[in-house]
Amino acid sequence: MTQAIIDWAQSPAGEFALFSALKILAAFSVLMFIVAYAVWVERRVAAAIQDRIGPNRVGIFGLLQPAADAVKAFLKEDFTPGHVRKVYFWLAPAIVMIPSLLTMALIPFGSNLGHQKMVIADLNVGVLYTFGIVSLGVYGIVLAGYAANSKYPFLGGIRSSAQMISYEIAMGLSVIPIFLLVGDLNLSSVIEYQTGSLFGWMVFKQPVAFVIFLAAMFAETNRLPFDLPESEQELAGGYNVEYSSMKFALFFMGEYAAVATGAAMLVTLFLGGWTLPFAGLDQPAISILGGLLHVGIFLAKMVSVIFMIIWVRWMWPRFRYDQLMDLGWRRFIPLALANIVVTAIIVWALSK
Amino acid sequence: MQDILFYVFAGLALICGFLVVANPFSRSPVTSAMFLVLTIVCLAGLFVLLHAFFLAAVQVLVYAGAVMVLFLFVIMLLDLKVEERRKLKVFSMVGGLISSGAILFIFLHHLLRAPLGEPATLPAEGGTIPLGKLLFTQYLLPFEAVSIVLLVAMVGVVLLSKKDLK
Repeated sequence: MTQAIIDWAQSPAGEFALFSALKILAAFSVLMFIVAYAVWVERRVAAAIQDRIGPNRVGIFGLLQPAADAVKAFLKEDFTPGHVRKVYFWLAPAIVMIPSLLTMALIPFGSNLGHQKMVIADLNVGVLYTFGIVSLGVYGIVLAGYAANSKYPFLGGIRSSAQMISYEIAMGLSVIPIFLLVGDLNLSSVIEYQTGSLFGWMVFKQPVAFVIFLAAMFAETNRLPFDLPESEQELAGGYNVEYSSMKFALFFMGEYAAVATGAAMLVTLFLGGWTLPFAGLDQPAISILGGLLHVGIFLAKMVSVIFMIIWVRWMWPRFRYDQLMDLGWRRFIPLALANIVVTAIIVWALSK
Repeated sequence: MQDILFYVFAGLALICGFLVVANPFSRSPVTSAMFLVLTIVCLAGLFVLLHAFFLAAVQVLVYAGAVMVLFLFVIMLLDLKVEERRKLKVFSMVGGLISSGAILFIFLHHLLRAPLGEPATLPAEGGTIPLGKLLFTQYLLPFEAVSIVLLVAMVGVVLLSKKDLK
């Protein structure tokens, strides 16, 4: 029996299954760690910007605050109001988490460790899959709004479905120029294309696409300045009004997981992924140490982007709803379309 | 493994599809829409098993991600509580059964006559580049015709939603 298991683990199929499971476990743990500490960073940054101190009681600098928050969320009474639609009420918080976790499978978070490529699934239609999954993200919030069966959550759900559909289009159109340049939908090829020099990074080659993608990412993750589905002042919290304890916490974990995957996508598409344009760090690693260094570079870039996203939240006021729709449909989509046409003409002219 | 996955996805697609039209537990249109989303995702799984990765991704992106969200949006805005209480009509049930039976008959009639030979060779792998080449060479005319249909639909929507055209 044990011999059979060892044989299976050494066969190609068994090796693939084992290492995939390990990579999934690692990516999931790191993502959950980032989600937990993004909340802490958010609160400390908010406090610093607003000239307060922020959470500093639990552990050194309040570093154990996420653990305390988790205990609080689990121990609170899980109250189900009488008027809600029960099945969807239970389903919605679970659905919120799923899309961000599924998107993580496509992100190349390093070159390779030994013989293993540091990506869970190296799909040829990589980015299409990502957008397909991201587009499913709206269901969690819409269902939460519908399940609550009361006024404000419902308005939050309706707002979020309109907002996310609108900005998904801008987001999808904004990345097309990148794939015109790369000539492949695979995310690993996108990173390979960005090696060489700092100005090989897509953020310098496609600045317009970068701006549109960044703004659409804020809208897709329901973060300020586009957090209309939950806007506290008008909707008293929006889609999550009727939720309590861990179900409520799951919505926020879902939001931060979406922020983390959005940052990972941004880093992969525009900021060179796991590469740095000097000291030979843009070639696939040969040694284990080099492989770990690449993972570290990717994480450092990702954390910086997350930090930027958190910073923006405390610097910008919320958009009005008509301004949001106007920006999405009348500014970004025509701009993204023009960017596609211009890039296509340049690619065509250069290929002649 | 692939055969097992085929039966899993096909079975799930059939069950979910059945629950879209005749759910014994709930008559809410939102539940039907959600089961339709599951059916679409299962169909995408079947496309993956056929190595049509592009089609599978687009199926999820367009149908599950955009079309069904709009459906939900409209259902919620209209608040179809009347639909939940409405009785089943005998006429529409009989009509539906007859038409689906007819489709099943045609399908089986041709399936049983068709010779079971070697599977046909694929004109292209499911990747993006071969698919794009086929669309812009061999199937250019149907492709453009479909896009004109979509354009007409879009112009129609703009015309209908603008109340006062200047």
